[in-house]
This record gives sequence, structure tokens and C-alpha cells, in this order.
Amino acid sequence: MRTDFDIIIVGAGPAGAWTAKTAAEAGASVLLLEKDREVGVPVRCAEGVSEKGLKLIFDEIPPRWIARTITGGRLVAPNGTAVDAYPDERGFVLHRKIFDADLAAMAVSTGATLLTKANAIGLVHADGKIAGVTVECLGKPVTFHGPLVIGADGVESRVGRWAGLETAVPYEEMDSCAQMTLAGIDIDPTVVEFYVGQDWAPGGYAWVFPKGEDSANVGLGVGGGFTGEKTPLAWLEGFVARRFPGASAVTVVAGGVPTAKPIETIVTDGLMLVGDAARQANPLTGGGIVNALIAGASAGQVAAKAVAGGDVSAKALMPYQKAWHKGEGKINKLSYKLKQAVYRFSDADLNRTAEMLLKVPENKRTPFQIFKTALINEPRLLVDVAKIFIV
Amino acid sequence: MSLSIDYDRKRCDFCGTCVAVCPADAIRLDEADLSIDEDRCVACMACVAVCPLGALKEKA
Repeated sequence: MRTDFDIIIVGAGPAGAWTAKTAAEAGASVLLLEKDREVGVPVRCAEGVSEKGLKLIFDEIPPRWIARTITGGRLVAPNGTAVDAYPDERGFVLHRKIFDADLAAMAVSTGATLLTKANAIGLVHADGKIAGVTVECLGKPVTFHGPLVIGADGVESRVGRWAGLETAVPYEEMDSCAQMTLAGIDIDPTVVEFYVGQDWAPGGYAWVFPKGEDSANVGLGVGGGFTGEKTPLAWLEGFVARRFPGASAVTVVAGGVPTAKPIETIVTDGLMLVGDAARQANPLTGGGIVNALIAGASAGQVAAKAVAGGDVSAKALMPYQKAWHKGEGKINKLSYKLKQAVYRFSDADLNRTAEMLLKVPENKRTPFQIFKTALINEPRLLVDVAKIFIV
Repeated sequence: MSLSIDYDRKRCDFCGTCVAVCPADAIRLDEADLSIDEDRCVACMACVAVCPLGALKEKA
């Protein structure tokens, strides 16, 4: 087995696979490590993505990636008031299992080497510099050498911390999630539903994302400061009992979505972070797939150039970090502030906002409009929000 | 120092949410295993707060 590479990427989800594909295309030798036995499994994701976002990366979107095309959204307030929105933009609910496997296959077709059942357990140093990764393969430690390591190891990332980057998420700002894929349920398969309020999912929201004519990813996230005795799984069982009484779950998964303040430093000497490992999901919506791909494309290019030039210092890797903070990173910072504001809304605030939104035309009910409506009608909230934006 | 957290492997989904919030980097996750390094654990209970399935509990 070959053990020397230019770039070693830990984690073969969308962020890692796309970084690998981009770097390999630019001429670097790339090793892509996956701790699980299969790329793309288990799917810890609601699988929703905007068409516009995917088209930023892919000229053509293979139909096999798409479980459902979504044309509408429904926001349900604590008192049950439902606000339907039909924006111009379409969305998709993906088959992440197929999507992730295809991305990894594309990386391999481009020349990257993929190794599954390979759990990274630490960095290797030589002359005070990062020089590779120690990996547990079938219970045995194996060392892979390379001057540049990229952490794409997801929400549970440790790679950054091994290199001294502070990536731990404050627990109050972690949304703790549970999701079931329910079958045989009565839904509108073209509409995604969101439920907000203390009764559904305190500090987060519940979602229904259609996967088929009569099946959907049904889940929720509870803010880490609200969990107490009742687990997110228990909250989800309560939600399902009310929304889909008697339904059966085909799968149940757990997971965490950081909704914390975005981190600034995502590169250091010989090391980069991408995707959830770099806390790149949107802190308001929890969406992370498109951001991971955008970051991966940028990281892959910068990484390939760095190894080709023989300089993998933080300075040489900085164009990636700068591009991130100029682009999607900027949106995440704004979204974090919006999240802080929205989470201060009481159930009564949310109910009143929903009533007001019913007066806005259906095609104008964008997230921004929802927020604007809330503020215009509740000047008291404006003061709260102003505090957050001014600080 | 003995570990102040009870871990129930049967409840665990190996999602890694606990790893992300551990300020001491004391939790190691494998494909279907989790271990807490008792020498590193600072008993802050952040992992207990975010475990989606109740697999981590404060020791009584």
C-alpha cells in the first residue's frame, strides 16, 4: 500500500470528497480517508438543498441524486397558524447516500486514493512540522506521510484541535437533533414544512422534508441549553405522535448541528479544515452541503498550489481562508446574528408574526421577508435585534 | 480521577455531537464505538447536555 501523498484528507463526506477531487484535478496526489466502512452511510442529514446552490457547483445535476423536487415551504407557528410560501426558487431533497458515494467516486476517477474503515487517530510530526496522519486500519495503526493534512472530519472533527485550532462548539450553541424517515404518511410531496416554538422544538425547529410520495425525513433540533431531562429523540417522538400519529419509522438517526458563532481560523501550518469540521454550515438554517462544496473547491485548489510550490505554511494556505470569509463565511456571520435574534422570539411573538405574514403575497414570503415582517410589527423585537447587530 | 459520566453503548448512535462540544477533547469516536478518556474529562457535562439519545448521563 502506498503511504506517501501530497495531501491527506480526513473524512470522505461532500467536503472531503470535493476537496480531493479538486486537488487531484490540479495535479496533487491525494489520499482520502473514511472511518466508516461505506461512504455516505449513515445519512445524518435532512438532505435539503437549493437548486441554485447545487448549480453553483454542478453544470448538470444527475436525476439519481434527487429524491424530490420542492416548490413550496410551510412555516407552522406554535398556535398552528400555517404560512405557505411559493418562492421562485426550487429546492431538492437529495439521496445523500447516492450523492456522497458519487462525489467520492468522482474524486477517485480524478486520481485520488480512497481508503475506507480508516479512522484517523493523530497527526504525525517531523522537524516540528505536520508530516502525516496515523490511522487505525482494522485495529492496526498505520502511518501515512504527507506535508498537508485537510480535516473534513465532520461535526465530530478533532483534526483541527490536534493542530491547535479551537473548534470546540459551546454546548448551548449546538442543536442536538434526531430524525426519522417515516413511510406511509399523508404529506404534500412538493412542500417542506418547518415547525417553530417551545412546544415543538425549543431553541431549534422541527422539519418535514419529503423523500417520496408518502415518505419524508421528519426531524428536529433542540438547542443545547434546552435539552434537560427530555432528549431530542423524546421531543421527536412527541412531534411524530401529533403530526403523523401511528406512523412507522424506516430509519432513526441522531446528530448535531453547530449554530455557533463562525470560527475565524481554518488554516494553520500544514493543515486546513473544510465543511462541518470548519463549522461552515449556516447557523440559522443548519444547511451545510453547498457551503461544504464551495469550500472544498476553494480548499482543493489552494492546497494543490501549495504542495506544488513546496510551501504549505499558513501564509500559503491563507487564500482559502480569505475566500471563505469573503464569500459564504460572510453570509454565515449575518445568519448567526439573525439566529440570535430569532431565538429570542417568544411563542406569542412567533404567532403574531405568522398572522402578519398571511397578509404578505405567497411568492414574497422569503426568509428575509419573514424577518422583516416580524420586526416591523413588533418594534420591541427591533430593540433586541438592534442590540445584536450593533455589538 | 474516576469518570463522572455513564455511557450507554446500546443507546449511542455514534453521531459525534458529544465530541464536538467536549472542551477537553476527551472523547474518541470510532465507526461504532465511543470512549471517554477519564484523565482528560473535566466533568463539565457538555456532552450530557447535547446527546440526542440520552446515551451519556451524569453518574449518580
